[in-house]
Amino acid sequence: MPRRKGAPEVNAGSMADIAFLLLIFFLVTTTIETDAGLDRMLPPMEPPTEEPPIIRQRNIFTVNINRNGQLLVEEEIMDIKNLRAAATAFLDNGGAPSGDPEHCSYCKGKRDSESSDNPTKAIISLKNDRETKYSTYITVQNELVGAYNDLRNREAQRLYGTDFVKMEAEYLNPETPSSVRDELKDKVKRIQELFPQKLSEAETSKNQ
Amino acid sequence: MSKFAKKKDGELPAVSTASLPDIVFMLLFFFMTVTVMKDSSIMVENTLPNATEIKKLEKKDRVIYIFAGKPTKEYSNVYGTETRIQLNDKFASVEEVGSYILAERAKKPQELQNVLTTALKVDKEANMGLISDIKQELRKVNALKVNYTTFEGDAFNNLQ
Repeated sequence: MPRRKGAPEVNAGSMADIAFLLLIFFLVTTTIETDAGLDRMLPPMEPPTEEPPIIRQRNIFTVNINRNGQLLVEEEIMDIKNLRAAATAFLDNGGAPSGDPEHCSYCKGKRDSESSDNPTKAIISLKNDRETKYSTYITVQNELVGAYNDLRNREAQRLYGTDFVKMEAEYLNPETPSSVRDELKDKVKRIQELFPQKLSEAETSKNQ
Repeated sequence: MSKFAKKKDGELPAVSTASLPDIVFMLLFFFMTVTVMKDSSIMVENTLPNATEIKKLEKKDRVIYIFAGKPTKEYSNVYGTETRIQLNDKFASVEEVGSYILAERAKKPQELQNVLTTALKVDKEANMGLISDIKQELRKVNALKVNYTTFEGDAFNNLQ
């Protein structure tokens, strides 16, 4: 008597392998890309009636980029590779004499009375031509932000024994627990106050 | 009779792996749904410059993108080879940037409207004139937080 069975069951053992293959394909091709870049704040539109504040010439560090990507820094031609060092020297100068209310106690610069009084007063003014290439502009921006970051790192190392850039990244990371972030907030703020980023961008000149 | 044959009685039954495919499929579907494929096709050349002092754009829902660059080959015979601005899926003029930002801002939830960042994805060959115009437009609509999106890399490579 022949035993009647249904159709033999299909072996589903390899199904897992197929599914794994697909899964791995998606895992590999998915790029959960996070964009990164230079964060900057634009100046707000100023009311036309407001008088511009008076700033001493020695507290301004002018950077001009011409259409060929050459730099004019403080009225002198400079190679872009030296810009970071020059900006750092300017910001860190601390020219105000001790006893002056603007004296900078943490500066390690040359204390040149012809350069900036205090990092909180120092302003970098960046001007570019309409024909300047965007890549050159980004390089200059990168060097200037780099100068600020170098100085902030130095102070963060001195005060808290860690890098400012690291602290800030951790502070901005949404995965950091809020208790840690609250603590970091004060530290980040303190360092930012020591070396505030005052980077003014004049409107571009048309023909120069 | 061998010693080994007898053991069979006490052996544990094999764990059923029949539900393994279900688990894996669940994972697969999760990844398929979570994965966001590129939402807008880029119609301009977009080789970003390099920079080292970069910060990550963490929260995607707080970012408005503006692309700029030369139209790619497909579009260059229609739109020319001058640097153009791309907003969403179409080319736009500088004057449209402001209204685009306002429209995008209105789409976001109320609590995010003040913390938006504008990411400028600009080709490294572009001229600063256009960027300055965009920046002026952004200032007019009070979208002051910008991010010049770049690749991570030595900034001096830009100069070559």
